Amino acid sequence: MATEIVIGSLRPKPVVPPIDHSYQIVSPGDIITTDTGFMRGHGTYVEHDVIKSSVAGVVERVNRLICVRPLRTRYNGDVGDVVVGRIKEIGQKRWKVDTFSRLDSILMLSSVNLPGGVLRRRSAEDELMMREYFAEGDLISAEVQSLFGDGSLSLHTRSLKYGKLTRGCMVAVPPALVKRRKTHFHN
Amino acid sequence: RTLATSMEYLSPEGLRIDGRRSHEIRKIVCKMGIIDKADGSGYVEQGNTKALATVYGPHEVSYKSKVVHDRAILNTQYSIATFATSERRARIRDRRSIEASRMIREVFERAVITDLAPRSQIDIYVQVLQSDGGNLCASINAASLALIDAGIGLRDFVCACTSSCIDEIPIVDINYVEETARGPDFSLAILARSEKVLLCHMNSRTHVDHLERITNAAIDGCKDVFTVMNQTVRDRTEGQIATISVDAL
Repeated sequence: MATEIVIGSLRPKPVVPPIDHSYQIVSPGDIITTDTGFMRGHGTYVEHDVIKSSVAGVVERVNRLICVRPLRTRYNGDVGDVVVGRIKEIGQKRWKVDTFSRLDSILMLSSVNLPGGVLRRRSAEDELMMREYFAEGDLISAEVQSLFGDGSLSLHTRSLKYGKLTRGCMVAVPPALVKRRKTHFHN
Repeated sequence: RTLATSMEYLSPEGLRIDGRRSHEIRKIVCKMGIIDKADGSGYVEQGNTKALATVYGPHEVSYKSKVVHDRAILNTQYSIATFATSERRARIRDRRSIEASRMIREVFERAVITDLAPRSQIDIYVQVLQSDGGNLCASINAASLALIDAGIGLRDFVCACTSSCIDEIPIVDINYVEETARGPDFSLAILARSEKVLLCHMNSRTHVDHLERITNAAIDGCKDVFTVMNQTVRDRTEGQIATISVDAL
């Protein structure tokens, strides 16, 4: 079978849309504003009453709050987000889940649906049977229930639509490109 | 026994061995985001010296005993590739590499805003792919770009440059031949805009009168490096924005 070979220089270049200059781009150390009336948000820090950027990205101003969002970063979770994670390890009454964030997310044993009813009390046998439900390496979908003090996420699968994911293909995309929507399940 | 005269390194017209003037830095090339697997990556070429840095993190700390509850810890590794020098290196990690790793860690512990990622770890791996003087400084510049690429908070760009002194004339960004000459080889890393010194290192001996001259030359060199690094970061950010649709921003 003949193969078509395209020389790199002759390949049509991807069309890049023209740069929109309405966004303010900053790099680390740039002064965003000297106005003291603003509050500083993510991606900024204050030095001598001046708000400076700490990352390279786009400046977002919401009323009096200034943030800078980098375009490539780890996943920063929020309550209510639907995530896909991989079980990393099994601990005491909890699973540690890798969600590509700064810290491992936690799925508590009390946050999963066990057979036998929703309000069943977790016994010692349940703890020993944790590997039967989710083992290391399993892919699960879950929702963020809350955040711990250090920023790690607490997940739950207390719904039929969440749980172990089987028979499919996982595609990893940078978190900055995923928009938060009302529903993340599509058929 | 012939004495190598200083004229060899700096001609009467003020040209150095590679044709540069005393205040000129070498041709510098900066690239970011070339290694997909890493959270951030940076590549810097200063003349013939090439350094590649990759950053992973912030992520969970590998050794539970090293967790710090209120900030991120840095793990750095510096190495020179075996093919980087004219003679193939037998050892990859020697004492100098370990010392340079520690110096890089101390530089970025001051530059990275570590309070934003408590209980995590940030890995910085730098490798010198081709060595022609100013290895440590090129590595620091590459690591700086890699951290910015990874979206990790920094107080400012960290820019590094070497300098030396020939017949009391300060020269900037020395290459390997100038490094092995009799004069001092001074490395300086600063926060670009505030000029706060993060690294100040010299392997040789020189008279204290030369110190201010060499330091000022190095600061000017760092600012020149900063101009190129800043432009690289801006171009890359603009390029990234152009490929994201308006809704997603």
